[in-house]
Amino acid sequence: MSEPLLVIKDLVIEGYQEEQWNGIVHGVSLSLNRGEVLGIIGESGAGKSTIGIASMGYARPGCRIVSGSINFDGVDMAMASEDRLREMRGVRVAYVAQSAAASFNPAHRIVQQFTETPVVHKVMGFGAAEQKSKDLFKSMDLPDPENIGRRFPHQVSGGQLQRAMVAMAMSCDPDLIIFDEPTTALDVTTQIEVLAAIKDAIREHNTAALYITHDLAVVSQIADRIMVLRYGNEVETGETRQMIENPKEDYTRELLSVRKVHQDKADIEGLGNDILTVKNITASYGNGVRVLEDVSMAVTKGTTVAVVGESGSGKSTTARVITGLLPPEMGEILFHGEPLAPSFKDRPQDQLRRIQMIYQMADVALNPRQKVKDVIGRPLELYFGLKGDAKKARVKELLEKIELGENYMDRFPSELSGGEKQRVCIARALAAEPELIICDEVTSALDQLVAKGILKLLQDLQNDLGVSYLFITHDLATVKAISDEIVVMYQGKVVEQGPRDEILTPPHHDYTDLLLSSVPEMDPDWLDGVLEHRKELEARGVVNLRT
Amino acid sequence: MNSALKLVIEAPVAAKLGMIIVLLNVLAAVFAPVIAPYSETEIIGDTWEGGFWDSEAPEHDPPALLGTDHIGRDLFTRLIYGARNTIGIALVTTMLAFAVGISLGFLAATLRGSVDQIISRSVEVLMAIPTLIFALMVLSVLGTEVHILIVVIALLDATRVFRISRAVAMDVEVMEYVEVAKLRGEGLWWVMRHEILPNTMAPLLAEFGLRFCFVFLFIAALSFLGLGLQPPTADWGSMVRENAEGINWGIIVPLFPAGAIALLTVGVNLIVDWFLHKASGIRDIE
Repeated sequence: MSEPLLVIKDLVIEGYQEEQWNGIVHGVSLSLNRGEVLGIIGESGAGKSTIGIASMGYARPGCRIVSGSINFDGVDMAMASEDRLREMRGVRVAYVAQSAAASFNPAHRIVQQFTETPVVHKVMGFGAAEQKSKDLFKSMDLPDPENIGRRFPHQVSGGQLQRAMVAMAMSCDPDLIIFDEPTTALDVTTQIEVLAAIKDAIREHNTAALYITHDLAVVSQIADRIMVLRYGNEVETGETRQMIENPKEDYTRELLSVRKVHQDKADIEGLGNDILTVKNITASYGNGVRVLEDVSMAVTKGTTVAVVGESGSGKSTTARVITGLLPPEMGEILFHGEPLAPSFKDRPQDQLRRIQMIYQMADVALNPRQKVKDVIGRPLELYFGLKGDAKKARVKELLEKIELGENYMDRFPSELSGGEKQRVCIARALAAEPELIICDEVTSALDQLVAKGILKLLQDLQNDLGVSYLFITHDLATVKAISDEIVVMYQGKVVEQGPRDEILTPPHHDYTDLLLSSVPEMDPDWLDGVLEHRKELEARGVVNLRT
Repeated sequence: MNSALKLVIEAPVAAKLGMIIVLLNVLAAVFAPVIAPYSETEIIGDTWEGGFWDSEAPEHDPPALLGTDHIGRDLFTRLIYGARNTIGIALVTTMLAFAVGISLGFLAATLRGSVDQIISRSVEVLMAIPTLIFALMVLSVLGTEVHILIVVIALLDATRVFRISRAVAMDVEVMEYVEVAKLRGEGLWWVMRHEILPNTMAPLLAEFGLRFCFVFLFIAALSFLGLGLQPPTADWGSMVRENAEGINWGIIVPLFPAGAIALLTVGVNLIVDWFLHKASGIRDIE
């Protein structure tokens, strides 16, 4: 057992982009022992997924393995024939992707997909594989392991599906599993369950794993060692505990510190005057299911109200009601004491101007065929009648506000990075000179350091312009960082609201407690501790976690 | 302009070939009176005289390269004038079909609800009737003047354009940037023109090329049946019909207009294929 299971030496991978080959991974080496878990962390574009799948001898279309060796238990995966690789994949090396929902075939039952790999590879017959699925579902803590396999993927929740996928990866008892951001798409409270299940399962089966994520706190719960990557280069590698407590490199330290950005408030004239009041809103989408029930909240001038909750808690729906995209069934919305028309179509243009929105996915919020100057210039033209040079000057001014230069004017969205796109969206909202900006998960799709930059920008702008934010997010770290008031939502209702410090200091409402305790901390012992805490909460019947 | 030139230079060989074919046809259509040795209706000799391949054919000055047609007109001249009529009418028809189809399609996709229902169901009723039979019926009632021909074919084709533009606009309409524009207070026309149209250009352009081929094949078919362009106007479809009988006597004259139809169809499709490929390429990168 002294031989390492996986040894990667000087791996170089290139990707074809803009008609030339560019390096993605520049000579990374690693080794992994049997039963060991190596966490690979880094921001997007660091090459972590590329290394992950390369260890199965695979390169994505448009990528090629240029040099280096990938030695998996005596076989060079970079050189092996396609037939040889096919024998290994799924049986000895398995892969768990980020989105289980996208990886399962929605037309087949879970058990059919589970048994496919062992049956095709002739590891076991259908009957044996089916039995195995039940055992694994049980060890994954899935409800009703005997029958859950008979369901279709859409009939189980996201967290359950992710666990089923981990079970599927383990169907042939592989020596190595590659986890590619398996919990990134999940809510914090669900993430814990999946994390705990993965941890138990690999420990029990003594499986080695590469755990790829951008979240240092998550990886520290599960990995024995951590490797930090940046721009396709290794930054440092070390034992988990030592990495968390005593990182050597500045970049690692920066990753560790991103969760703190809070600033003091500047003096803003009229600070605290009511801008938006949402009163007893009840709303549903056509099918009669109530998505919001009796929701009330208020936003005052120059402050940030954070709306937190898991997916399905109705926080985005609240935004849709406020903007008028979804007229409420009951209740009213007051803007400066005046009632707003339920549908945006009936609101005067000036009211539309004063409430702006920034979306989670800057990709789809920007028209790919419009240049930056047109994106930002259009509201100026529409609301203020600016044209020609006056418009250009104002666009330039706005670009400076969002810390981008004049040379961005003629770029198309595809020529911008994720963070830059989000900045352009912010500039577009600012162009309307709004009083309230609704931010719907604006940092969720971004890397930590980029997200930190965006949050800082939003805070600067608030101090500068006195604009108010309704900040919708599921990320409690963000909430802690920027909010003045917090509204906690659960299943379409407001469970608790108040000033930030009041909500964040115990005693909490039980659901807030669950939410807060689910945020991973940079402490390798955190997961075990929190699971204990959860059992207590469950015993008190607060929330049913086994949904 | 520079980038357009670059685009053409970097195009694959097949697309270039298509461009050359289309360009030749367009040149022939535009400069028909200059290029053609005779006038469109002038009778220069006997029925079905041989062309350059036949050494025993009677001499003409200027020479009748491709021989004469069933009443002794110069076939080469007729082919060139045919290009003008066939391509011109097909182009106008296709553009009209697209203007109508895209407007209705975008309206249906943006407004949804009852507007969508009414337009979509009416279009389905029209589509349920075989096009050729419907066209034959309408044309025999209304007559076969050129403008009627254009309007009838354009309306029939607009149903197909409506289908595709509604489908692609639906995809774009759910994008958040469209929501942003609506929330900004933009009017319907602005949203359709600035947000939806630029993002549906690629599939619509490709469809334009295909539709254009279908339209002139359709006109050729109608002319062949006697309900398209009326003699003595030269168009490729009627030229095939008029000379079809000659095939029985081993006379190859009808193959020339038929070949012209085939060539232009292939040419346009080569360009369309390239467009489609490029359009899907853009999607890959995004």
